[in-house]
This record gives sequence, structure tokens and C-alpha cells, in this order.
Amino acid sequence: MTVGSAVGGAGALLAQEGFRAPHIEYDALSPMLIVFGVACLGVLVDAFASRAVRRRVQPWLALAALAAAFVAVVVIAGTREVAAEGAVAVDGPTLFLQGTILLLAIVSLLLFAEPALDPGGSAFAAQASTTPGSAAERAAVGAGLVTTEVYPLALFSVGGMLLFPAANDLLTLFVALEVLSLPLYLQCGLARRRRLLSQEAAVKYFLLGSFSSAFLLYGLALVYGYAGSLRLSTVAQALGGAGDDTLVLVGLALLAVGLLFKVSAVPFHSWTPDVYQGAPTPVTAFMAACTKVAAFGALIRVFYVAFDGLRWEWRPMMWAIAILTMVVGAVVAVTQTDVKRMLAYSSVAHAGFLLTGVIATSRAGLSSTLFYLVAYGFTTVGAFAVVTLVRDADGEATHLSRWAGLGRTSPVVAGMFALFLLALAGIPLTSGFTGKFAVFAAAAAGGAVPLVIVGVVTSAIAAFFYVRVIVLMYFQDPAVDGPVVAAPSALTSTTLAVGLAVTVVLGVLPQPVLELADRAALFVR
Amino acid sequence: MTRFPWLSVLVLVPLVGAVAVWVLPARAARAAKSLALAVSLAVLALTVAAALRFDPGGARFQFTERHGWIPRFGIDYALGVDGIALVLIALTAALMPVVVLSSWYDAEESRHGVPRFFALLLITEAMVIGSFAATDVFLFYVLFEAMLVPMYFLIGSYGGARRSYAAVKFLLYNLLGGLLMLVAVIGLYVVSSRRLGAGTFAFGALADLNLSGATAKWLFLGFFIAFAIKAPLWPFHTWLPDAAAEAPIGTAALLSGVVDKVGTYGFLRFCLVLFPGAARDFAPWIIALAVVGVLYGALLAVGQADLKRFVAYSSVSHFGFITLGVFALTTQGGTGSTFYMVNHGFSTAALFFAVGFLVARRRSALIADYGGVANVAPWLAGTFLVAALSALSLPGLSTFVSEFLVLLGTFTRYPVPAVLATVGIILAALYALHVYQRTMHGPLRDTAAGGGHLDRRDLNRREAWVIGPVLAVMLALGVYPKPALDLITPAADRTLQEAGVGDREPTATWVSGASSPASGRGAGVTTGRGTSGGASR
Repeated sequence: MTVGSAVGGAGALLAQEGFRAPHIEYDALSPMLIVFGVACLGVLVDAFASRAVRRRVQPWLALAALAAAFVAVVVIAGTREVAAEGAVAVDGPTLFLQGTILLLAIVSLLLFAEPALDPGGSAFAAQASTTPGSAAERAAVGAGLVTTEVYPLALFSVGGMLLFPAANDLLTLFVALEVLSLPLYLQCGLARRRRLLSQEAAVKYFLLGSFSSAFLLYGLALVYGYAGSLRLSTVAQALGGAGDDTLVLVGLALLAVGLLFKVSAVPFHSWTPDVYQGAPTPVTAFMAACTKVAAFGALIRVFYVAFDGLRWEWRPMMWAIAILTMVVGAVVAVTQTDVKRMLAYSSVAHAGFLLTGVIATSRAGLSSTLFYLVAYGFTTVGAFAVVTLVRDADGEATHLSRWAGLGRTSPVVAGMFALFLLALAGIPLTSGFTGKFAVFAAAAAGGAVPLVIVGVVTSAIAAFFYVRVIVLMYFQDPAVDGPVVAAPSALTSTTLAVGLAVTVVLGVLPQPVLELADRAALFVR
Repeated sequence: MTRFPWLSVLVLVPLVGAVAVWVLPARAARAAKSLALAVSLAVLALTVAAALRFDPGGARFQFTERHGWIPRFGIDYALGVDGIALVLIALTAALMPVVVLSSWYDAEESRHGVPRFFALLLITEAMVIGSFAATDVFLFYVLFEAMLVPMYFLIGSYGGARRSYAAVKFLLYNLLGGLLMLVAVIGLYVVSSRRLGAGTFAFGALADLNLSGATAKWLFLGFFIAFAIKAPLWPFHTWLPDAAAEAPIGTAALLSGVVDKVGTYGFLRFCLVLFPGAARDFAPWIIALAVVGVLYGALLAVGQADLKRFVAYSSVSHFGFITLGVFALTTQGGTGSTFYMVNHGFSTAALFFAVGFLVARRRSALIADYGGVANVAPWLAGTFLVAALSALSLPGLSTFVSEFLVLLGTFTRYPVPAVLATVGIILAALYALHVYQRTMHGPLRDTAAGGGHLDRRDLNRREAWVIGPVLAVMLALGVYPKPALDLITPAADRTLQEAGVGDREPTATWVSGASSPASGRGAGVTTGRGTSGGASR
């Protein structure tokens, strides 16, 4: 996949210089190659292995691939080079984000593989092709079928996510976006319960996602028309030239639409609540954490590397979007009655907080955004992992009123959820606070004091709805026919433990990760 | 000074104690209570031991500790106390055992378990002591915010009928203040990194920046509003009556006696010293708010029908006095308001305890449900009377000394507000004695509209041990305030020097050392008529 796109990106080069084999830095690209390779292997396994075998093998194959890719990231840490004929930048931010994505994907895939929660043994549909409510579906459920394609699909989207923040030319960016999105659309529609809602979410995500991809594609065409190149560094050099600025400004705006859609910034956020609610919760966790990390990585690289020269043009636009995103995310979240929708709007608000770090356009802005992504990712996966546990007869009990009194019936689960919510609210001594402090400090140092004030005020609004859930869990009486908290297997427990540990450690002793983010915060151009 | 980390130990002992209490099973209620009491007594003993080693004339901050925490942002784990912080830590440590004792049966009926209640009390103690001892602004901020969490659960899990509403109101008000302070903290970091090359949160380094100009004014306001909500100063006070009325008695005493002192302490420590120019500019406005608070709180206290709300509003009035003393920017004012914080802590705790004894006997907090209690429970009535007298600052009780100092310190710079505030004392006499009269004298009112009977027993041994020591401390400090003032005065003097203000002539020689004109660090004072200060020692 990578090789193919690299060849495509270097097409112009080939024409000028006669044939020359493209030079591929296999070591620098190894994390992506491992993930894509095992994803293809996973497809073969799914095609040829027996049902029982693939059900046993697929999760571990995927986890092993992710772990191996993470090891590869650690091994090549410190690399700073442009690889694959200029298509891929392997530098500090890339490796930091790839490491983050891989770890987040590992803990999310543990949720995918959880067998103990749903009576059917999986959170995914027995057979995705059957019509909901049909006899075929009942037959598939009765036969104990489980969709195992999710693992290769997840691996493909992880591969796209690894490439997305590393893309050093706009075409690679687009390819990575598609590679990460298409499998995600499919995964969203694979819920075992409330299948219609899930399929609706998938279609909605697919349609809106396609639109945003089209915007991105059109934007990059215009930028190409202006700069005569798709490489970020060449675009950056062309900005000083005498060309007509209109072309590049329109192109930049369209590119921004495509990228801001993926980070779910307002006004491109409307898919977020529906998709987060409809998708199977493990997929929501995976998508909320990993997609956000990858998309911010790509966004920040494009704006910092290619369009740094236009910062006085795009910063006002980003200001407006950041303010809108924070305000809408926080205010609308207050009115939500569904846990997953509430977390979706909270993720919108967090996109706004992250954008304040991007707007700083400084090294501190980059490193604080990197740190924030780590903090946010693990807390979010943890929060969604808790959502998978609280169940009643129809599957997960996501309506907030069903969570009343959880603090008394299941103190441990409620305590964990309270901690994740406090971290999302940015209460001191949690990772969320450190992250917010870092991005706000960077933004204030960059002169965006009003933005910081808006950020703090919306944090207060956001705190209101997080705290409301805690009030609900602790200070209200449980319903008579309240949901039961299912006992998870070691897989979900591991995810929860990792989420908790990261949330607390990054709140109390954040220095090592801050330092790592600081050292990583330098783009290769 | 010494190598022994006194302050860390003072924070860690209640924290470790809290963990130990928390893990006790719910049925081990008695063990949990005893352990909590033992821990709080141990903290008191450690505080006394530390106070005896403190040298009032010595270094600005003593028992200092400093360890890197988040070097990336210039954040240290830095502790140290001056006289002001030390007496407030002593107040906290002294009140905690009686608060624990007074809460002995408060948590029995809650479904959240007795051990957790006492653990939360101890966590609050650790946070409060830590915030008094912090000499790193960020560490202070973190503890300032973190203490909301245990208080929130104390009110929300163990409070009265409207506890959920009160807890959320308390949390949101304080969180809003805390977030404004967060903006100011970030601003401070940015300013310090511009001025010093690398951002820092060390109190000393920030004080040396001597910030001024528009930025300093905004930063001042961020800190000021946070502290004004915490204190609470009129018009940011509305959460306190709700929280105090719904919280269990011991928690209410802890809240307005100790936790709120962090706010007034913040005025003195951070607002004045970090932003001296802005403090001088805003002082007249804040004085105006304080005077309104004194009168408004007192008037509303007169009109309350609920005993707990009555105490809460009297506290709002007293917080006005404390703020008045701080922003009078005189040594007597600073000394007086610090001493006022200590005395108010004891006085309001005593009032809450006395009210709590009443409520425990009648299951009602309405003043109208009581009458003639003195006939059947003379000791209860007597202690209630002394507590009420301390609220109106009767000479001979420690509150008189501090109120007098505050008014004296204010008068030299702001005569009119001082005179207006004096009206607050008259109102205090009205509300305190009126409530006493209505509840304790007259015919015994045994049954009321709400039904239920008055339990006629007088103070039992536990209750006597709760309120006796508090009243004794107030009497002792009322007759002989010197030990406390000797600790406070040099620190207040230094604080006001750092704020760059001097005393106006004439100064009354109430306390030796307090009358020496403080030197000005920067420009002279331009508030009031003419300038003073500016003379370096």
C-alpha cells in the first residue's frame, strides 16, 4: 500500500529522469509495513481458515502485529528523514504519534476481542450481510457465528492512521485518509445489537466522510495548481512566490475542511454523535482515540510544515473554529441523555482544546498537542471501556438515567468512570489537567489569550456535565430494574487498568512524557 | 532550617491516615472514628512541635523543602511557611480533632459508610495544610482545586435533604473561580518565561518580578475572584449558606472555619505580594465590597430563620472584616486580619458546634422551633452564649483583639469604610443576642408545628470535649494574644513590605513591632490622602 502510493507520488519524477527504481527506506517504514502486511495476512486467514481457528487466531494476530510495529517504532526512535522518495516523513512527531496510535490500538483491540460481556461472545454482528431481524440473521446467531473480519479491517485502518500523520505530500495524505476511513466505515456498521442504528451510523459516516474526502481532494488539486508540487516543503517554498494567492487560499480552506472533519471540529462535527452512538462501543473507543490522534497529527503537519508562511491567513479561521468547537461541544453536551453521545460531544469539545495548541504555531504548541493527544486517547478508551460493562437485557445501557446509583451498586466501575470523567473535565492531578495546562500555556505564550479564556470558560461548562454524571452515579438512588455491571475478562480489565494508570501517572508525574513530546516536537521538512 | 521535612510530614500523615481509615470495612465504624481522631491528634502534636521550632524573627520562609516536580513547566514541589501560614496550619490542626469528635454520629445514617466520611475529612485536612504550606504557585493551585473533591463528597454524600443541589452549587462556584485562577496561573507562567527566560512558579522568584501594568491587573483579578469565591466575599457568597445549611455540622464547621481561610489567605499571600501595583489600584474597590459584605452579611444574619444559615451569613459578615483588614494595606490590618482568620475559625466552629448540639436534640434547624432551652440545658445554653459573644467580638474573647486591629488598621487609611464597618459590630450584637434570646430564654418550647420533642439532656461528655477546648482557646487568646501576634506580626510586616506599602501616620502602638513604618519597595502609596511609605529601612 505504502509502496504503491510512493510510486504514484514519484510519478512526475520518473518521467523527467528516465526510469529509476524508487528508493524505499524499509527500516523507517517498518511499523507501517508490519501492520499492512499482517492485515493482508489476516484477510487470507479469514478466507481460508476454519471458523473456530480464525476466531481464536485473528485477535492475537492483530495484537501481535501492533505490538511488533510498536517495537519497530521504539527501535527506529530518533530517526529524522524523508523516506519513500519524499512521500513519507519519519521524524519526531511521526514516531511519537505512531507509538501513541499503536498503543491505543492495542488497548482498543482488547475491547474488540472481549468474549465475556455479550452473551453472543462478541460485540460484533454474527453475519454482517444478514438483514436485521430476518430469519437469516437468527440462523447466523444460532450457528454462533462471529464477524472476525473486524481484525484485518482494524489493522488496515491502523495502517492508514500510521501513514496519515507521516504523509509528507498531499497525495499520500489523501491515500492515507482513505485507507484509514474505509475500514472504519465498515466497522461502524457491525454492531451485534441495535443493528439498524449501527448501519445508519455507518452510512452517515460514509456519506459525510466521502464528501469531506472530496473537499480534501479538490483542495489539494488547487494547491498543486498554485505550487506545482504536492510535497509539503515545496508548497511551503512556493508560498513566498509571486503567484496568485487566491488559488492557494481556497485550496487551503478546502484542505482544512477535510482535515477538520476527521478531528470533528465544528461545523464539521455533525456525524460525531450519531456515529459514536451507533457504532459498536469497542469501535467507538478505537475511533475516538486513534482517529483523533492521527487526524491531529496530519492537520498539524500540513499547517506547520506546508502553510507556516500563511499563518496570518489561517490563524483567524482556526481561532473561529476553535472557539466554535469548544463552545458547541461543551454546550450541546450538557443536553445529552446518552452516555455515548455525551462522550461524543465531549470529544468535539476536546478537539477545540487541541486546536488552541495547534494555533500556538510554536514548538511548545506542537509538543503540548502531542502530549494532550496521549492523555486524551487513553482516558477516552478507558471511558468507553466502562460503557461496554454497564449492560441490561438489550445490550449496553447507554441512557444516562440508567446509570443512576451505579456508585452504590458497583463502586469500582463507577469510581473508574468518575476518574475518567474528572480527567476529561481537566481536574488537577489527572492527565487531562496536565494536557490542558500545556496547550493553554502554549496558546497564551503565542498571544492567544482570549482563546485561553474561552477554553477555560468552556472547561467550566464541560465540567458541569461531567460532574452531573458523577452526581447521578453517586447521589441518586439506583433504579429498581437497573442495569447489571458485567464482569469482564482479563482483556477489558487490562484496557481499564492501562487507561487508569496513564490517566493518573500523566496527572501526577507527567515529566517523562512531556520531555518525550518536547524532544519529538520537530518536523523534518 | 532543620533537615526534617516537617511540612511534608504534616501533609502526609493525614493523607496516609485517610487511606488507612478508608480501607476499613463499613462495619468497623468505631475503629474508623478512633483512628481518625488519633491521626488528627497526631497532626496537632506535630504542628505544635513544628511551631515551637519556628523562629519568628528568622528567615522569610522556614522548614523549606524543594524538589523538582514538572521541570518542563518550572513546577516544583516546594513547601515553606512564614508566621501567617504557620498560625493557619495550627488553626487547621487544632480544629480537626474537635471536628472529628463533633462528627462522631454524623455519618451513621448515610448509606455511604462511616469510614469514608472520616477519610474524606482527613483528606481535606491534608489538602488545606498543603495549600497553606505551598510556596510554589502551581502546587498551591493544584491543592486549592483538589480540596474541592473531598468537600464535594462530604456535602453531597452526607448532607441534608438538598445536599445534591448544595454540593453541585459549591463545586461549580469554586470550580469557576479555580478556572479563572488557572488562566491567571497560565498567564503568570507566560509572563515569567518572558521575563526570566524560563517559566517558573516559585513564589519568591515571582514576587521579585514585581509585576505591574495591565497584565498584572488581569492576573490579579484572576487570582482575586478565585479567592473571593472561596472566602467568600460579597457578592460571590451565595454558595456558602446553601453548603453550610446542607452539610453535616462538623463539615460545615470545617468548611467555613478552615477551608474558606484558604481564600482570605490567598488575598494576603498571592494577591498582595505577586501584584502589588494592582492590589493598590483595586484596594478602594475591594474595600467597598468588603464593607458591603460586612453589612449585608450581618443584616441577613439578623433575618435568618434557620440556625445554620444564620451562622453562614454571620461568617459572610466576618469575611468582610478579614478582607477589609487585608486590603487596608497596613501592618495592623494585615496582622489583624490574619489573627481574625484564626479567631473566626474557632468562633464560627464553636457556633456551628453549638447549633449542631441543638439540632441533634430537636431534629430541626429552625430558630422558631426552640425556646427556653436554658431552663433544661444550662451548659448547652452557656456554651452557645459564649460562642455567640465571640461572634459579636466581646472584649476578653480573642475575636475582639482581631476585630479591633482590623478596624484600627483600616481607619488609618480608609476612615469612612472603617466607621461603616463598625456598624457591622452593632448588627453582630443584634443577631447574636437575638438568636440566643429566642432559642435559650423564655418559656420552654417543647412541641412545635413540625412535631417532635426536644431531647432535654444537657451537654454530654463528648460534646463538652468538642466545644470546651475551642472556647478555652478563644478565652486564652483573648486575654493573652501575644504568642499568636508574635508569630503573625513579623510575617504580616514582611508581606506588606513586599506589597510595597507602608503604614500611614498616626499608627497606634497596639502591638510592639507592628507600629514600625514598613518600607516601600516601589512607588509610594497614592491611595487615601497623600502618600506614605517609600522610606527604605
